[in-house]
Amino acid sequence: MDRLLNVVTGVSVILLVMILISVRRAHIRVEYSVTWLLAAAAMLILSLAHPLLEGFRNLLGLPDSPLTLFLPAGGAVLIMLFRFSVIISHLRDDNIALAQRVAILEYHLQHLRDHENQEA
Amino acid sequence: MTSPNAPHSLLVIVPALNEEGAIGGVVRDIHQHVPGVPVVVIDDCSSDSTIARAREAGADVLPVPHHLGVGGCVQAGYKLAWELGYQYVIRVDGDGQHDARDIPRIFETLKSTGCEMVIGSRFAEDNGSRTGTVRSLGIRFFRFVLRPVLGKPVHDPTSGFVGVNRRALEVFRQSFPLEYPEIEALVVLQRRRFRFEEVPCRMHPRTTGRSSITALKSLYYVVHVLLGVFVNVLKFDRRFHRGQRGRGAGG
Repeated sequence: MDRLLNVVTGVSVILLVMILISVRRAHIRVEYSVTWLLAAAAMLILSLAHPLLEGFRNLLGLPDSPLTLFLPAGGAVLIMLFRFSVIISHLRDDNIALAQRVAILEYHLQHLRDHENQEA
Repeated sequence: MTSPNAPHSLLVIVPALNEEGAIGGVVRDIHQHVPGVPVVVIDDCSSDSTIARAREAGADVLPVPHHLGVGGCVQAGYKLAWELGYQYVIRVDGDGQHDARDIPRIFETLKSTGCEMVIGSRFAEDNGSRTGTVRSLGIRFFRFVLRPVLGKPVHDPTSGFVGVNRRALEVFRQSFPLEYPEIEALVVLQRRRFRFEEVPCRMHPRTTGRSSITALKSLYYVVHVLLGVFVNVLKFDRRFHRGQRGRGAGG
């Protein structure tokens, strides 16, 4: 159990550092890093604070502590996947609208070129 | 060519993806049966010479920069028609299945009835049109589902041979189903209490290319369209009940 908690602590720290570096280098936007940061911080706190982990386990009625530890992580992943679906849907709509606009502008441009050629 | 701002100006749009074998004939047929009416082929990023064949046949081309699917292409055509000021738009598929001789009938029905959408239907009368068993079952299923939603029967809900007027254009340029749009478009119109009519039309078997709806996609098609219909009905009910509450509070 202690070994598992130490591994989770290490993974949480690495995750936190990776997220912060990615945000600093603008590889990930701040608004998309919040859920990751919260999940990593929750795992770090729970893996370090044994009484808190036990308290949560009793509160949720879970059979063992590792499950309590990975529950917030699993929940965070589900929330993130949902958020990504929403974001992808918005991006796809925007992308389609832009592609349609580009096509229409190209159509107008072609007509202007044809008109100029006819005049010349 | 008809001026876009004329009182009964008509634009024919033809969404096409890799239809080099059929598109030239489709455009020439349209020009033959509705002379003077501009034809715009919306090319869904074809990898063959669809654009060249369409231009050779006398069509204008709206080339979308990447694959948008039939709904995205049709909506691009509706947006263009709206911007240019056309009063009516008729969509004809680029694979040659729709008979251009029926375009005047759809156009006349649009003008004479004032309804927002006219569907060219294989089954409004028995005109000898035949369809595959799976597709036939699908059409029967959606007829059954749509009857209570639309409040009237629709014989050929999957037909892409469709004419719309400017009121419908205004709606569709802002909101149009992007995948498998035919059935959902009917529900979108119903949400606004728009009307539709069906006119009997001939359909030819596809001679070149492949249908976008393969056997493997059929199940996805049914689930996707059912979900789309369900979501649109929910949107309609919410708006309808809000309106009822508003009237109740006011009266």
